[in-house]
Amino acid sequence: MNDVGQSVEITVDGRTVLANPGELLIDACERTGTYIPRFCHHPRMRPVGMCRSCLVEVDTGRGPALQASCMLECSPGMQVDTESERTRKAQAGVLEFLLVNHPLDCPVCDKGGECPLQDQTMAFGPGESRFVEEKRHFEKPIPVNDNVFLDRERCILCDRCTRFADEVAGDALIHFQGRGSDTEVNTFPDEPFSSYFSGNTVQVCPVGALTAAPYRFKARPWDLEEVESTSVVDSVGSRIAVQSSRDCVLRFQGVDADAVNWGWLCDKERFIFEAYDHEDRLGTPLLRGDDGDLAPTGWGEALAAAAAALTDVDPDRIAVLGGARLTNESQYAWTKFAKGVLGTDHVDAQLGDGLPADFVLGLPRATIDEACTPGGIIVLLGPDPKEELGSLYLRLRHAVVHDGATLIELTPRATGLTPFADHSLRVRPGEAVDVVRAMFGEGGTAPIGGVTVEEAQAVGAIVSGAAVGQNRPVTVLLGRQSLAEAPGTVVDAALVLHDWIADVRFLSMLRRGNVHGALDLGLAPGLLPGRVGLDEGRPRFAAAWPTTPATKGRDALESLRAAADGEVDVLVLLGADVLTDVPDHDLARRGLEGAGTVIALDLFATPTVAAADVVLPATAPTETDGTVTNLEGRVSIVARKVTPPGTARPDWMIAVELARRLGADLGISSPDDVWAELSVVSPIHAHIDPEALAVQAREGILVSGGPALVRPAPLEVPSHDKNSYRLVVTRSMYDCGVLTAHSRSLAGLAPVTRLAFEPTDFAALGVAEGGRIEVRGPRGNIDVVVGPDSRVTKGTAHLLFNQRGVSAGDLIEATAAVIDLTVVPV
Amino acid sequence: MPEPTIVHPDGMGYIPHAAGFVANEGPKLVSGRFPYEDSYTLECALATGAYTGLRAALGRTPADVHTEVRDATLLGRGGAGFPAGVKWGFCPEDVWPRYLVVNGDESEPGTYKDRLLMERDPHQLIEGCLIACYALGLSQCFLYVRGEMALAQERLAVALNDAYEAGYVGRNICDTDFSVDITLHWGAGAYIVGEETALIESLEGNRGMPRLKPPYFPAAIGLYGRPTIVNNVETLANLPWILEHGAIAYRGYGSEASPGTRLFAVSGHVVRPGVYEVEQGVTTYRDLIYGPNFCRGIREGNELKAFIPGGASAPWFFEEQLDLSLEARDIGAAGSMLGSGAIVVMDHTTDVVKACLRIVRFFARESCGKCSPCREGTSWEEKILERILDGHGRPSDLDLLLDIGDNISPGPYPVAAHGAAGLDAVPFPPLQTTICPLGPSSVAPITSALRRFRSEFEARITRHEGIPVRSAPVVDGDPA
Ligand SMILES: Cc1cc2nc3c(=O)[nH]c(=O)nc-3n(C[C@H](O)[C@H](O)[C@H](O)COP(=O)(O)O)c2cc1C
Ligand code: SF4
Ligand code: SF4
Ligand code: FES
Repeated sequence: MNDVGQSVEITVDGRTVLANPGELLIDACERTGTYIPRFCHHPRMRPVGMCRSCLVEVDTGRGPALQASCMLECSPGMQVDTESERTRKAQAGVLEFLLVNHPLDCPVCDKGGECPLQDQTMAFGPGESRFVEEKRHFEKPIPVNDNVFLDRERCILCDRCTRFADEVAGDALIHFQGRGSDTEVNTFPDEPFSSYFSGNTVQVCPVGALTAAPYRFKARPWDLEEVESTSVVDSVGSRIAVQSSRDCVLRFQGVDADAVNWGWLCDKERFIFEAYDHEDRLGTPLLRGDDGDLAPTGWGEALAAAAAALTDVDPDRIAVLGGARLTNESQYAWTKFAKGVLGTDHVDAQLGDGLPADFVLGLPRATIDEACTPGGIIVLLGPDPKEELGSLYLRLRHAVVHDGATLIELTPRATGLTPFADHSLRVRPGEAVDVVRAMFGEGGTAPIGGVTVEEAQAVGAIVSGAAVGQNRPVTVLLGRQSLAEAPGTVVDAALVLHDWIADVRFLSMLRRGNVHGALDLGLAPGLLPGRVGLDEGRPRFAAAWPTTPATKGRDALESLRAAADGEVDVLVLLGADVLTDVPDHDLARRGLEGAGTVIALDLFATPTVAAADVVLPATAPTETDGTVTNLEGRVSIVARKVTPPGTARPDWMIAVELARRLGADLGISSPDDVWAELSVVSPIHAHIDPEALAVQAREGILVSGGPALVRPAPLEVPSHDKNSYRLVVTRSMYDCGVLTAHSRSLAGLAPVTRLAFEPTDFAALGVAEGGRIEVRGPRGNIDVVVGPDSRVTKGTAHLLFNQRGVSAGDLIEATAAVIDLTVVPV
Repeated sequence: MPEPTIVHPDGMGYIPHAAGFVANEGPKLVSGRFPYEDSYTLECALATGAYTGLRAALGRTPADVHTEVRDATLLGRGGAGFPAGVKWGFCPEDVWPRYLVVNGDESEPGTYKDRLLMERDPHQLIEGCLIACYALGLSQCFLYVRGEMALAQERLAVALNDAYEAGYVGRNICDTDFSVDITLHWGAGAYIVGEETALIESLEGNRGMPRLKPPYFPAAIGLYGRPTIVNNVETLANLPWILEHGAIAYRGYGSEASPGTRLFAVSGHVVRPGVYEVEQGVTTYRDLIYGPNFCRGIREGNELKAFIPGGASAPWFFEEQLDLSLEARDIGAAGSMLGSGAIVVMDHTTDVVKACLRIVRFFARESCGKCSPCREGTSWEEKILERILDGHGRPSDLDLLLDIGDNISPGPYPVAAHGAAGLDAVPFPPLQTTICPLGPSSVAPITSALRRFRSEFEARITRHEGIPVRSAPVVDGDPA
């Protein structure tokens, strides 16, 4: 390794080239215009030097010798000849070897046309084949999991897929097997390549050996059109390429955004487009007729009905829920409509499963890069990133496994990162703040649940820099650890961390696609666009908007409670499936029933939509132009690629239309107009406009700044009764959510949940695995299937949210700080 | 202590209980204990001076012991012939822990000397390990034994248990501060695992595939990323003698550049095949193949056609090279290598195309599959040779074979001088497009045979003729 900062002078084909310190020869050559063929080399994985395609003659003072340029760091004075006869012959020789056993079934191969093997054979390979023997044969293709197929005859054994699985995803389930020319990639028997990230192997495969079900035999690459966009499956905001043919999206590919996803996607991000294209998409407005049934109608009637319902209603009796999956532009339009035209502040993009908006905005924020600083310290006080924010998990895993970051977990259950954690403190619901206090010597000496004060203090010494030295940035990953626990627990714990750790930063783990855009653009009670409170922002908005709300409104749970009590005349749902997504199902049901007119904008006829009175079909992300804001506050472009089904419209347009019918002009006739207005009303967005975004399309533009830190009143948590189990409810990557359910590749992957106990707790129950017991919770008694799970913490019971099996939403009571379950004796 | 029974009183010739071993006249630095029937037991070993070298070492400082080994110029016996004392010096200072790994994966065709060392004298090997550990200041040694060597595994395991019990291995060895653990590990039957970095991968529980160079020696980054010394079984088996008798005495045997003795495993068409302990740089191939003390000539008075001078991966030698002495440097300069010390003799009845195929097939099957030139190239060579033997050869196949070879090891491949043809030797080692030398090893028989016996290949291709197969069986065993 050379000294950092000093560039290295080398000679390539007689030209002087300046290489960066530590830069690999193959990269330095490519950067300066000399392409060297390669198969195994991948910029985001460690070099393995296996395919030998990148051999070039290099003289480091001892005469020219063939060296694999993907393995060689540039050193001063290196003389490189990429065109010498020996280089050319070696490169052509390797390509010939790779083709020896290759089936050359290019006419029926999905990779044909975008195949590095084809392209590099054209450029560097021998003109004809000298191999006349019979080629190696394998059964074609075999499934390695539900979605990915492997054709071992086409495989050139470059180790990209296997390396990805092992080194990047940590799911080493595909391996090299056999020897010599019988070597093959395969899974072990009964161990499929079950990985949330398996689709990446298809993308990195340099030949057509790995293919994914959704794209198999669908198109030829030269027929594809492509735009770069941003994934809105979750809040990581991974960059993607949306590829379509004949107005139909056929594939999402990961795009390497250095600051975000490094080219990787989780399978949910990759395959979710199937849902957008699903035949069940809503394409026409629906209106509840006199017969009580929803029936298709035209936009004119539907909008008129919605506008009529909103006319002359007391703003205090209007609530707007959802909007976390809308673009920034649509969010702004809806905030302006709801708060600036209708005048209600009962607006909340989160559905009782997030954190208080003003609290999140007041915390000092970290970027993903800052959180993943080599040698930094990461504190996980939130959900399992592997289950909820797949691409972020890959970045965090890389930081901890390969870049020396230290991970501390304060979670109620083991996570996907637990194997790499320096300390995993298993924190029972309601006790996070006690554990965090103990870290810094506050509180008593008694253990908190299973966490001893000594261990807590050892962790405290690390995060405060006492144990490991200063100058290691500390980032807290903050989110809801359990949906069966009030957000106050992590809020209180986060405040203690904030107060004790100098320069600590927070990375929000709120998960819905554009929830951070929603917070930034005011789709939350008490906030106006630009991360300002109502009172602080009012002077600016008074000039731009017809009105502003007078006082802070209700959050989603409070609105549902008000609706249940008959206090909401109009409930507007922006892509909000409250019956599924609000953790307290009873509350959601009562709220929906008690609300007056329900207006729902959505992609699908969800159970919630089925209960609405006016249904307005909205466009999906592949059909919409605009931007989104990720969990860092990074604004990046979402691009329209295909036309929406039927007459579905972008959400912002629906707001504009409704406003017009209520006699107000939102002043928005395109998404770009929103940026013109934001530059006036929102100083934090002032540096962003469509031109700037186009220039920085790949990395996006960060929004920073925000209100002062707010300190919500501490949460009162009842003490833990030894005879009860504290309920922990978490999400898994795949669930019964409407998008996953409508994605053919993903729908079958959702697990079935059962009430899980720590194994010794389970043994004490005296039931067989898979047996049933009756538990008593705040919502009464319920009969559940139970089982042991070593990831569960003693004294707790765990369920996955929104899965088949046990319905967690039926056990959760939203007003409770924690949910304690007792077993009802038979 | 009961007297050990020497079953073979004169200790000469075939030793019945040490199958494959021939006790020739001459110094016995590592095979001295072989003639005792119970040579593998602790009793016999102790009665014949085992662990004396260890005690001598323990009486000196580790640095002193290291110096003694360096002064002895003990060349590695695993193939590369690198001086052990110099290699030991490559460990970075102050990086702990570090490990000693013993390479007992011996699997090159024709090589079976390490197996005998492990079967016949496990205590000598254990003692050698302990001396190396002491000199290197380390406390953990891994002994990797080839998967198929059941007897060696059994005897090593028993010997190790006995040595632990007797206080030679474990905590406070011989009542000193010195403590070492030796861990046995059985391979799973892959030749490539003999390559030291593949062996380390295998020890770590991974698929046995060579690591990328640099680092060129695992001494810097080896097992579990720690400094690691890998030594061959025979290399370490020399240490007890060196420590007991000193470097000067050791250098009294062999030549200046290659002191001491070496075990050579001779197989093929000789009268008395077997493993011989031979003084390096003194004995010639002619002595070894024809000498009455050694192999006693070609069977049935046949003519010598070719011989492999140092393992299946070595380019072949012929008549002209018979008078070269068994000495690594000279053999390398002459276009081949001493390698693993396996000498395979082929008489005039040998069908070189078949011989070639036999060796190429071995490498094709044993290629680990990691790099394309070796994975695809070796099996392509095999297929072409098979085709030629099946009578479907094409004249262009011969140049194709050579060109495939050139794409695996570019440039002139090492070959021996050929007086009659007026050709000079191309010295060993070859260049390579591969990760490790296994791929290029497959090229050795092809280049050697084609350069010398091209007409035999052509006869196969154009006239479908081969050497008539001999009817008489090969006589194995001592005719005496
Ligand atoms: C393909 C290949 C196979 C090898 N097989 C063996 C083997 O079976 N036994 C061995 O001791 N060394 C073998 N080696 C050499 C080892 O890599 C290494 O050089 C040796 O164990 C070092 O020990 P030494 O210095 O004591 O000779 C092999 C090398 C290669 C490239
Ligand atoms: S399947 Fe594709 S990525 Fe995997 S080793 Fe084969 S060629 Fe490489
Ligand atoms: S040369 Fe052959 S054995 Fe060596 S690494 Fe390459 S494929 Fe494996
Ligand atoms: S790209 Fe360098 S060896 Fe494969």
